[in-house]
Amino acid sequence: MNHEILTLIEKEFDVNNLKIKMFLNLQLIRSIELLISEKYIDQIFRCPVHLSIGQEAIAVGVSLNLKLEDKVISTHRSHAHYISKGGDLLKMFAELIGSPLGCCKGRGGSMHLLDKSVGFMGSVPIVGSSLPIATGLALAEKLLNSKLIVVAYVGDAALETGAFYESLNLIALKKLPVLVILEDNEYSTYSKKSVRWADCKNVRETIEGMGIHYKNESGDDVEKVYSQVGNMISYVRNNKPCLLHLNTFRRYEHCGPNLDDNLGYRQPDEIDNYKSRDPIEILRNKILTSRMISELQLDRLVKQVNVYVEDTFIKVLKLNKDFLAQFEMLD
Amino acid sequence: MEKTFITLLNQVFHESLESDSRVLLFGLGVGDVGAVFGSTANLQSDFGPERVFEIPLSENAVTGMALGLAMQGFRPVMMHQRADFSFTSAEQIINQIAKTSYMSGDVYKTPIVLRMIVGRGWGQGPTHAQSPHAIFAHVPGLRVVAPATPMDAYYLMKQSIASEDPVIFIEHRWLHQTIEKFILNEKIPDFSEARIMKLGKDLTLISLSYGVIECIKIAEVLSEFNLNIEVINLRSIQPWDKNTVLRSIEKTKKAMLLDTGHLEFGLTGEVSSTIYSELFGVLSKPILRFALPMEPTPSSASLALNHYPTIENMLNEIKSHFGFDYDLKKAIGVFNKKFPYKSKHRDQPDVGVIGPF
Repeated sequence: MNHEILTLIEKEFDVNNLKIKMFLNLQLIRSIELLISEKYIDQIFRCPVHLSIGQEAIAVGVSLNLKLEDKVISTHRSHAHYISKGGDLLKMFAELIGSPLGCCKGRGGSMHLLDKSVGFMGSVPIVGSSLPIATGLALAEKLLNSKLIVVAYVGDAALETGAFYESLNLIALKKLPVLVILEDNEYSTYSKKSVRWADCKNVRETIEGMGIHYKNESGDDVEKVYSQVGNMISYVRNNKPCLLHLNTFRRYEHCGPNLDDNLGYRQPDEIDNYKSRDPIEILRNKILTSRMISELQLDRLVKQVNVYVEDTFIKVLKLNKDFLAQFEMLD
Repeated sequence: MEKTFITLLNQVFHESLESDSRVLLFGLGVGDVGAVFGSTANLQSDFGPERVFEIPLSENAVTGMALGLAMQGFRPVMMHQRADFSFTSAEQIINQIAKTSYMSGDVYKTPIVLRMIVGRGWGQGPTHAQSPHAIFAHVPGLRVVAPATPMDAYYLMKQSIASEDPVIFIEHRWLHQTIEKFILNEKIPDFSEARIMKLGKDLTLISLSYGVIECIKIAEVLSEFNLNIEVINLRSIQPWDKNTVLRSIEKTKKAMLLDTGHLEFGLTGEVSSTIYSELFGVLSKPILRFALPMEPTPSSASLALNHYPTIENMLNEIKSHFGFDYDLKKAIGVFNKKFPYKSKHRDQPDVGVIGPF
């Protein structure tokens, strides 16, 4: 959880309320990524970006269950995971512009975010390869008897890699405290599952057959994700590895700042469906229905988050004025 | 006291596990009866199955596991009974291990040792006899070392385990039963320093791993013909000790390179290029290079005999290339007399029959 934003809004909002906390996190990630999307054309963010818009409920539902010292390892689509675990936004923006002030000193870019101080151990943009490393992180926790757990995010295409099955076997064999979060957005770049998986592939049987506890849930409703992760973590803390399979959708293109509905690889009805599945809309409606705060207040919250994100971005530009001037990007 | 290469490796593993609780040792065979050719004998019983353990046949995941352990402060040593098996984990080695420290802005140290044994002879063939030092030396972020003697093995493994960088430890199977007097130096040799095995002034022979043993034999034979040959054992391949090599060639003005890997885009090309650039005009003859040809290593014993450079062949080429005035037949005679082959077959190491390999 980002503490700066909490401090900014705590006078006006009950930040200890779980729904508010969830909404704040979802909106923070959304605002950050919309800013990246908007500014991308200016060539300030000079690296490939994989936006999580549509998938935020997973990161938030997972992270709000974790201790600061619990470890996370992510993929190429890491922004939401990083921010929700409490990663430093200023260092993330700096990393995306390639600055030495970035969280990897500009050597990693969007696909390698890390913030060890909050247990965000790194991001591995080779599909499937985060899991072997998670295995080692978890074995270390077990050897140290720390009672901490490791969360490894993977996408659905990871199920096509050898590293995935090798790692699950190791995790089960050594009874490691690993929670694998499978973010299933149906697509590997433009490829649907039908060209990648046999019709009869049964993920539950595959995972359970390897000795890993398995659950499948919608990844759109942050409250559902939160409670399912909470259940699973009680197993994981007792060295019973679990995999939570969450169905989600990636609203934007695989890589880049734009929507790509025009390409036609996703059907119009599928795209229409995304509107009703939007995690922010789902939680917003729940909050308004419960009348815990008014629509006006909620809008003000969104505005404050936007201002914070915008201010942080401007701060990063100022801090990196000389750095950016090297590339003549600031007129 | 004289000790074998394998005994000293076992000793250094024992010492490292004892002196540093962060050291972990794992790989296929570490806990079984073979104990990786004896090198891991008694380690599991002495240090427990939590620190010394067998792995599933999943080299890629286990290599990533080594990285995860290192990121958390452990010092994993992973072993491959054949270097060829490590290629299944090329992704973790090249994309992850080699880059984690750099890419994290130095947040992480990656003290990982990947021990790789190189096979030769007795039918090892295309996928059990490769020496991948040049492949890994090409990747920024990896250290590569290749001991030639038991004492090299002892010090290089000790330093590899102590290193904060990932180290690829290339170890030739034919060195395992070689013997050297075990003397603990007060001054530990620098990790990336080459070792001059023999001083000379007429020609510099540069090699690594098992090739060094062959170079020493060549130098011993030629000493009978009043030729003083300097032999350099590189020990460290990445980084390599340019200074020692260049200083030697400044003196001898002639160089021969012998690689245990293949000829093209390999160690001999890299070292030659540096010598030519730095000592242009100093060399009295072009550099002579020996390495494996650009074909996979054959399994068949007869085909393999022609695949590896032989000492007879090298003596012949050294004579004609550098214009030395010795009688080839006599030199080969001296070689056979000085170093009689103890194995019945030429595709087994000459330290006696200890197969299978």
